[in-house]
Amino acid sequence: MTLFRTLTPVVALMLGLGFGPQAQAQTGPLRIIIDQGVIEPLPFAVPDLVPENGAASEYAANISRVIAADLAGTGLFREIPASAHIARVTSFDAPVGYEDWKAINAQALITGAVGASGDRIVVKFCLHDVFASQPLGECLQFAGTPGSWRRMAHKVADAAYSRITGEGPYFDSRVVYVAESGPKNARLKRLAVMDYDGANIQYLTDSSSIVLAPRFSPTGNQILFTSYVSGFPRIYLMDAASLAVRGLAEQPGTMTFAPRFSPDGRTVVFSLERGGNSDLYALDIDSGQSRQLTNAPSIETAPSFSPDGSQIVFESDRSGTQQLYIMSAGGGEAQRISNGQGRYGTPVWSPQGDYIAFTKQNEGRFHIGVMRTNGGEERLLTASFLDEGPTWSPNGRVIMFTRETAGEGGQAGLYSVDISGRNLRQITTEGPASDPAWSPLLP
Amino acid sequence: MTLFPKALLLVAALGLAACNNPDRYGAGGADGAGGAGGFGAGGIDTMGLGDPSDPRSIAYFNQTVGDRVLFAVDQSSLSPEARNVLMGQSQWLATNPDYAIIIEGHADEQGTREYNLSLGARRASAVQDFLISQGVSPSRMRTVSYGKERPIEVCSTEDCYMKNRRAVTVLSMGAGV
Repeated sequence: MTLFRTLTPVVALMLGLGFGPQAQAQTGPLRIIIDQGVIEPLPFAVPDLVPENGAASEYAANISRVIAADLAGTGLFREIPASAHIARVTSFDAPVGYEDWKAINAQALITGAVGASGDRIVVKFCLHDVFASQPLGECLQFAGTPGSWRRMAHKVADAAYSRITGEGPYFDSRVVYVAESGPKNARLKRLAVMDYDGANIQYLTDSSSIVLAPRFSPTGNQILFTSYVSGFPRIYLMDAASLAVRGLAEQPGTMTFAPRFSPDGRTVVFSLERGGNSDLYALDIDSGQSRQLTNAPSIETAPSFSPDGSQIVFESDRSGTQQLYIMSAGGGEAQRISNGQGRYGTPVWSPQGDYIAFTKQNEGRFHIGVMRTNGGEERLLTASFLDEGPTWSPNGRVIMFTRETAGEGGQAGLYSVDISGRNLRQITTEGPASDPAWSPLLP
Repeated sequence: MTLFPKALLLVAALGLAACNNPDRYGAGGADGAGGAGGFGAGGIDTMGLGDPSDPRSIAYFNQTVGDRVLFAVDQSSLSPEARNVLMGQSQWLATNPDYAIIIEGHADEQGTREYNLSLGARRASAVQDFLISQGVSPSRMRTVSYGKERPIEVCSTEDCYMKNRRAVTVLSMGAGV
């Protein structure tokens, strides 16, 4: 099984389409500035792509629907449904009748075409700034296998999202997580991976032993996780293409858990428990050598590297309750950064390095929140009976996490929320799910 | 789909061999609620619980001596009641030297996953340390934490939480764990 297929060629410039290749990129008036204020979603239209031959017709509508779902799913855009469209796009190369789109107040318009032949489909698209009556950025083409049509749709939506918001893309990404089944006192867990929007679920393990908290490598080619397959919790490394698994840092009489990669993918930082005490260790994957980073009688766990690899944020109860600390990647003195009421755990450094996401427990409720790396500007994004385990979208705009409901019938599900606190959504999965971890943007 | 090589699965089976307690989870014991004779697959041995009126039986250990101790919220210190139970366990183990034990530490659901794994390990270790102080050989004992992964009670109130914050002593045949 291949988890990540490269779209080849990823991007090809479209020439000779009548408006030339010099169309302005990201400088037009069409722009959403994302800040903390309430915003009115930007109206856009995505008419069905034009099928360039009979074999392409099955993709034409599907691709436009995925593009629309991606954009509308951010909460920043609002789709104008096809039933309200005046113009019909029947040729990708024909001039766009901007007046018809202005009339229905579509500020952004995505036009496209798809051709299919054998084992290859080609998607072309243009993003238009309707009120400027011109394309926004150059038109692009993606080519790949028919099975990657969803990825091509995500690539189109990523381009539109990035050009309009100025933020990095994130739709063409995957999420590894724990798929759950069975009653609360005998839960079955297995690893699964899906597209960021819940499509294309693939199961990576069976559920014969408990698995916890998978994490992607920086390239997405490997997955770290914790499994009880030996009878004791231990960390394992899975190759995402072959699904081959090998144990890491196996020391008899110890328990290992909470693994996470360094940004260069060569080191795994994790918790090792011995004699009831959990400390942080760093393992060099190639040599198999481990190094102890903390040495305290308190609980040290949930480590996460800064994107430059120089620091590690983690949780510790050395002060008496769970709090967040930052130390050098080599260990040593740690600075406490969490200062509010309650307990803080599961810190995760944002891909851009600007925020720490965390789980907070306070007065019987759980929250997902973010704070600056110095502990300032703490902001709680969610509140429920049990929210935990944030993971960042590749562009650092969205956080996915586990929400579990209370009681005998309590179930875990995956949710996402914008770091502004807006746009809380449940991700549709085939059953209960927990412990999401977002991949990097796919190539 | 075969994920783990057979050798690993064998190790898993050995690690769990001859468990007596229904409160077991792991490779092979898929539903975790098998109880006596409930484990058929995966090369896991079956062991009779025996007659609860027989002081040498596992059933007697589980029911009369008591196989578990409970903990306060976010704590791993042993209460006087817990110490009494563990003194009983150490006496039973002294008169039944053929058994080894695995001590399972558990937490209630009010906590993050990783922290609860560490907390469960603290609880299991507190029991192990006490049993060692009572003369039980360390070579007969192992600990494992399940964090909040295996509650025995499923409600989300303190009535259930107090029973889930536990360390369970699970007997197995063979003095070397």
